[in-house]
Amino acid sequence: MRNRFTIAGLATGLSMMALGSAQAVEIEYWQYVFDSRVQAMDQLIANFEAANPDITVKHVTFPYADYQTRVTAAKLAGQGPDVVQLFYGWLDNFVAGELIQPLNPEVFPHEEIESEFFPIVSAMKRGDDYYGLPTAVRSLALFYNKKIFEEAGLDPENPPATLDELLAAAEATVQRDGGGNITSVGIAMGMAAQDHHWWREGLIRQFGGQPYSDDGRAVTYNDEAGIAATTWQADLYRTHGVTQIGFMDEPQAAFRAGLAAMSIDGTFRLGAFNAIESFEWGVTELPANADGYRSNYASYFANAIGSSASGEELEAAEKFLAYISSPEAMAIWLDVVGELPARQSAALTDENLAHPVYGPFLKGLEYAHTTVFVDEAAQRQVALDLEARISIQGQDPAASLAEAAAAEQAILDAFFSR
Amino acid sequence: MSSGTGVGPVEKTGVWDRFTIGQKRVIWAWAFLAVPIVFYVGIRFYPTFQAFWLSFTNWDLLRPARFIGLANYQKMFADPVFWKVFQNTFSYLIIGTPVSLVVSFVIAYYLDRVRFMHGFIRALYFLPFLTTAAAMAWVWRWFYQPVPIGIINGFLANVGLPSQPFLRSMDQALPAIMVTAIWAGLGFQIIIFMAGLRAIPQTFYEAARIDGLGEWAILRKITLPLLKPTTVFLVVFSSIGFLRIFDQVYNMTTNDPGGPLNSTKPLVLMIYQTAFSSYDMGYAAAQTVVLFTILLVVSLLQLWVLRKR
Repeated sequence: MRNRFTIAGLATGLSMMALGSAQAVEIEYWQYVFDSRVQAMDQLIANFEAANPDITVKHVTFPYADYQTRVTAAKLAGQGPDVVQLFYGWLDNFVAGELIQPLNPEVFPHEEIESEFFPIVSAMKRGDDYYGLPTAVRSLALFYNKKIFEEAGLDPENPPATLDELLAAAEATVQRDGGGNITSVGIAMGMAAQDHHWWREGLIRQFGGQPYSDDGRAVTYNDEAGIAATTWQADLYRTHGVTQIGFMDEPQAAFRAGLAAMSIDGTFRLGAFNAIESFEWGVTELPANADGYRSNYASYFANAIGSSASGEELEAAEKFLAYISSPEAMAIWLDVVGELPARQSAALTDENLAHPVYGPFLKGLEYAHTTVFVDEAAQRQVALDLEARISIQGQDPAASLAEAAAAEQAILDAFFSR
Repeated sequence: MSSGTGVGPVEKTGVWDRFTIGQKRVIWAWAFLAVPIVFYVGIRFYPTFQAFWLSFTNWDLLRPARFIGLANYQKMFADPVFWKVFQNTFSYLIIGTPVSLVVSFVIAYYLDRVRFMHGFIRALYFLPFLTTAAAMAWVWRWFYQPVPIGIINGFLANVGLPSQPFLRSMDQALPAIMVTAIWAGLGFQIIIFMAGLRAIPQTFYEAARIDGLGEWAILRKITLPLLKPTTVFLVVFSSIGFLRIFDQVYNMTTNDPGGPLNSTKPLVLMIYQTAFSSYDMGYAAAQTVVLFTILLVVSLLQLWVLRKR
């Protein structure tokens, strides 16, 4: 008896589903769990569904740590997403694993992508194909504590604009106790935070070098420019003593506690720093070199179309991707998440550029580079070890840099020789 | 019930009824045992053998695995990081196990004689064992910070001693982490030692005292030998614990896991990073095979050394 009911129930369910699919197509959107990102995407999905009543979008989220395992497992099970979010640095792995498909140039014309989006979108291009489009991008800027600046006799409305001024400001603001221990740093630093990006795409280029060859297969920072950049950065803790690696455990903790006059960090930190009540802080562009040349690092999560999408699902997925890459979606994302629009027209509005917080980040985008990582964690570790050899073992920056270059080249070789 | 007594021929009997009681018992026993066996074969043994196979491939989750022979092992044995990690793992084991056992025995030995607030003191020692390793590691991580927030360095500064780098030092980081691991496991070992001490009959001690043996001789001739089963258990248990150390290290060095410069990285953390941040599953499997072998050899060796003669 019970069995018959179960079967009847199942049959009804199945026919309902069939009925549903005849009227509407359902696609799945995948991203990792991060409160504001989920909220923003829910809002975008609601807008999209209102405009396209025949399409429903199922929003699937999972913890960041499970990202690649989850996507891979789903693909093996034949249940991949129709639209999926991925970090630009994972593109090679996703393409090699056939997890995503190239964007149809008839729906997403290349000329439009190249003229509309910030140039860093090129990191989503392999051969002649684009594999995804970002909604929002992130860049770095210099945060500074206005209270500490005032106490040190510096003008809080006139933050350092060059590397020399940065050093001078750090020297003016660092504080020590009787035993010589630093009690408040001039600039909070650590490769474990954002400094490895500042070093790789900022300082090395500002000192006249280039971190990697154009095809991304060779490490090119082990030259005079690289040594000069590395030495300049290391001297902040090595000889000038304006900072201490590991002070307060991590730079953002030191800055939040009001024990760091400056800190280099990204747009994603705005949420945390907005909660600071004990002092006022400001944001300015990353300092220029003596010739006024600036360089920044930008990164982003892009949205791509899953390899399993085809037919009407593919059509729906393309429509959805077009919507979440539209200026309207970018404005919502900026509002809810605080990340910068990926289209120049949506980003570089007068209002945004004049914004005291978004402005410096947006200006940074114009001269930003993206590192094409093959193994983000391992390459970050190379920078961490570079710093540890100098700061803990007292190794000469040039020798440490040579070791780092060899180690990173080995990572690149291992990846490209597969 | 149906065809019980054996009096007269019974025509229709099922297969089940032809078994003797003894056979039925065996069948039942295996029927129940089948559940854990299937579980262990499916969840433990099969993946273990799968790991052996994976260690000969270059599987990276995304692309299909390709057989590459011993290349992973060659890479591993030529990798200075692997040898550093190997050495660290044995440092945790060789220093951690004896120190934790001696300390916990001494505490248990004297705590056993304390009557005043005995339960309270015992609870204090046991408390760290109940605390989440991650929470504890974070508290210690802040203890070890430089001034102005590190308690230990704050104390050193107050008494005029130079501040210590602790976790940001090649030499101090591993011992600094090991101290917290020993401290965390101490409560459990003390409880087990005390149970062992209580199990030794008081009459032995009385006889020894009547014969005029000193405390030291009693300890050497009676307490330690009779405590051997407890010691064997704790040595094996704590060795495996130190060989598999992960939580403390990872949580105390999250910014630079196993750092600085791999000076605190144990094998398990290296496996975790190879597998889940570099997605080099084949290489990670090869490292796992090495860890498996070490655990097996160390356990067998200890059982052999501490066996009953």
